[in-house]
Amino acid sequence: MARLTAGIAASHIPAIGAAVDNGKTAEPYWAPVFAGFDWTKAWLTAQKPDVVILVYNDHASAFSLEMIPTFAIGCADSFTPADEGWGPRPVPTVEGHADLAWHIAQSCILDEFDLTIVNKMDVDHGLTVPLSLMFGQPEAWPCKVIPLAVNVVQYPPPTGNRCFRLGEAIARAVASYPEDLNVQVWGTGGMSHQLQGPRAGLINPVFDNAFLNDLTADPERLRTLPHIDYLREAGSEGIELVMWLIMRGALGHDVRELHRFYHVPASNTAVGHLVLEKAA
Amino acid sequence: MTTDIHAYLAELEDIPGTRVFTAARSRKGYHLNQFCMSLMTAENRERFKADEAAYLDGWQLTPAQRNAVLTRDYNAAIDEGGNIYFLAKIFSTDGKSFVQAVSTMTGASVDAHNAMMIAGGRSPEGLRSKREAALAEVAAEAGDMPGSTI
Repeated sequence: MARLTAGIAASHIPAIGAAVDNGKTAEPYWAPVFAGFDWTKAWLTAQKPDVVILVYNDHASAFSLEMIPTFAIGCADSFTPADEGWGPRPVPTVEGHADLAWHIAQSCILDEFDLTIVNKMDVDHGLTVPLSLMFGQPEAWPCKVIPLAVNVVQYPPPTGNRCFRLGEAIARAVASYPEDLNVQVWGTGGMSHQLQGPRAGLINPVFDNAFLNDLTADPERLRTLPHIDYLREAGSEGIELVMWLIMRGALGHDVRELHRFYHVPASNTAVGHLVLEKAA
Repeated sequence: MTTDIHAYLAELEDIPGTRVFTAARSRKGYHLNQFCMSLMTAENRERFKADEAAYLDGWQLTPAQRNAVLTRDYNAAIDEGGNIYFLAKIFSTDGKSFVQAVSTMTGASVDAHNAMMIAGGRSPEGLRSKREAALAEVAAEAGDMPGSTI
């Protein structure tokens, strides 16, 4: 049977992708950001996940205002990097796992989580930047990826509790997949940042670090945190953090924190990163 | 648990300097945001750069939206229903980063904005709630009055 073994949380700032693509990772501004992921790169090399369910938000790339699915699962065999206005990132095509993705979609729908099934979708920096952070610049990504796109652009986004419970449903679906696969769930986005208006540049390390602590210590507090608290405390784009709760919900009650990193800034954003192992 | 959508939406308007992308803004900005999506192909970007005004004629923009695009006034664009992730297609077409574009909305230069970020960013203190900020201002004014007990 497929095994859901671990979860990763990480920010997905576009400037990080640009730093990788333009060979700037060793520059003084960027070096500390990438150093925070060295441990994880080594750990992933040993872990060798077969499939990553990558929770992210589409930033008006695959989904315009024509269609706005709250939760959309990518069931295609592959996903092309999106052209977000400066040409597609020079990164490998993302290989999906269509069979497991369809299995999760079917299982979750019967489990009363009505996922939108997507058979064609370009993937933007929200999905490709975490892959670059964890895997660097390989010829091909070393695992298959199931994109799970969450609407956090058009209000209201899903509640934290809904995200957490979707994670639990995804875990049940993975556990009933017959092939022996090592599956990880990654939650991406955040941490504090605001990209609009005179309040832009907001950073709240107190909120961010409490969130990092409670993802392991007190996820019950986080699952009932209302949207307005994210907006007030972590900036208008800090709402992306609800996506981390899908990852957390998928890991079950007991988790062990293996690695943590927090850094300000990358562009306008606080970088947060956690590696959590599901307790046996 | 049921959330009162009216109270939910009202609260979203209480954050200083922040326009949350609600249904009302999304409906107001539909054509503006969809125009932005069109800049996701190199061919359209070239057409736009060659003659911005003519390109915009093909979209049902209000005069205020059109002016906000032509002058790259991102605060005005957001007031007119634009969303930053859609508007990003305009500044990406211009070859500008989020830091460069976002700093224009704060009244600071790019260098000053970047220096603020490197120093730890903008503190949320005093910026959480319009209502609380207004009350604090009243209290401060009252405290300045002779004989005030505040």
